[in-house]
Amino acid sequence: MMKWTFFHKLGSPKWFYDISGKWLPWLQITSLLSLVVALIWGLAFTPPDYLQGNSYRIIFIHVPASFLAQAIYMMMATAAAVLLIWRIKLADMALKVMAPIGASFCILSLATGAIWGQPTWGTWWVWDARLTSMLILLFLYIGIIALRGAIQTSEVAAKACAILSLVGVVNIPIIKYSVNWWNTLHQGATLKLTEKPSMAPEMLWPLLLSILGFYLFFTLVMFLRLRVEILSREKKTRWVKALVGE
Amino acid sequence: MATTEQQSMRGGAACLALIKRDLTLAFRSPGQIVNPMAFFLMVASLFPLGIAPDRDVLSQLAPGIIWIGALLSVLMSLDSLFKSDQDDGSLDQLLMSPHPLPLLVLAKVFSHWLTSGFCLTIMAPLLAIMLHLPADAILPLFVTLLLGTPVLSLAGAIGAALTVRIQRGGVLLTLLSLPLYIPVLIFATGAVNAAAESLPWNGHLLWLSVFLLLGLCLAPLAAAGALRVINE
Repeated sequence: MMKWTFFHKLGSPKWFYDISGKWLPWLQITSLLSLVVALIWGLAFTPPDYLQGNSYRIIFIHVPASFLAQAIYMMMATAAAVLLIWRIKLADMALKVMAPIGASFCILSLATGAIWGQPTWGTWWVWDARLTSMLILLFLYIGIIALRGAIQTSEVAAKACAILSLVGVVNIPIIKYSVNWWNTLHQGATLKLTEKPSMAPEMLWPLLLSILGFYLFFTLVMFLRLRVEILSREKKTRWVKALVGE
Repeated sequence: MATTEQQSMRGGAACLALIKRDLTLAFRSPGQIVNPMAFFLMVASLFPLGIAPDRDVLSQLAPGIIWIGALLSVLMSLDSLFKSDQDDGSLDQLLMSPHPLPLLVLAKVFSHWLTSGFCLTIMAPLLAIMLHLPADAILPLFVTLLLGTPVLSLAGAIGAALTVRIQRGGVLLTLLSLPLYIPVLIFATGAVNAAAESLPWNGHLLWLSVFLLLGLCLAPLAAAGALRVINE
């Protein structure tokens, strides 16, 4: 027999609660440190852009937030697949707590984009491909949150949300390309894994650090929410009762 | 071999029976067919009243107005796709039947399309004339609706299945379905606008066909999965 026990351990809420408790202080320190350093570095010490002046500095918030808004949706879809295939409870809890975080980053990305657009494009909002697909991503998040709120039985809600998340994944590339060909003003991707970045290194490094900081911050927030979710769902089990000292 | 063949034939017969039943039900309460069409007509007539009855303005807006009207009207009629079956218990029979559920869902979606999207498609040229759409663009409008409205029914079936147990789920159904409708809307109005400016529009049509094929393959699976999950 293969050692599949690790897999079951991974799905155990108690195991996750214990291990995430040990990670929390490290996540707090590293996310705070990287965000503070990246933002001060980016906002105060990088040289101004030759074309956009100081207004480009919002990139250190805008780009990481946009990255996360998309990455969280893919994480949710992965959790949805795990839930539907292996019926792991923890995956559903993760799916539930990630949706509002993803929606928040989506709103942050849209808001910072609007603020950036005002001085550089001369308008808060354009019906451009990237802005529109980000807005539709927000609609997808809102749909998932609303569906969860509308179904009373939590097990049914879990699987319904999982199906909806997977349907959304099929839709995301379709939306992306349809709006791409429809209308475009936003610049193309600056950071690509396969190519040399087209940014000056003194701007690139704080940006990368900021992205790292945002990811760490997201992990921290997700862990905190997930721990609360675990406690409230497992409140009838012996270990939670022992933990809260009943 | 023989048994699987027989079973597939029985599956086909079950689909035909289901389509016949749904169509009979629809014709016995004609409001189910007429109301979406009346809604379509009224939404389209709001735009000249709300914006301007000006010929140039309307002919520019007409593809979007007609497509949005059709989209909303399909959305309105989707609420009853599975709900009446849920209420009278026939949905449970479908879930328990030996035939593959995605196939039955496909049959239900087809009869829904016949009573909503297809009727709207036939009606659209009339609205196009009322809204002064250039004559060259009327055929493209008709073809895009013919290809696009089945996608609306297919994609909407997923949302209808997910909200079948929810009281007053109409708004939620809208929230879930609209993101799926956006690509269809973009390519369909793109085709009509291109045709109005006498540009080639077959590229958009190919994309709509792609969406239709994708929807035919995937949406019944997702909707059937959703029905099973919701009725567990």
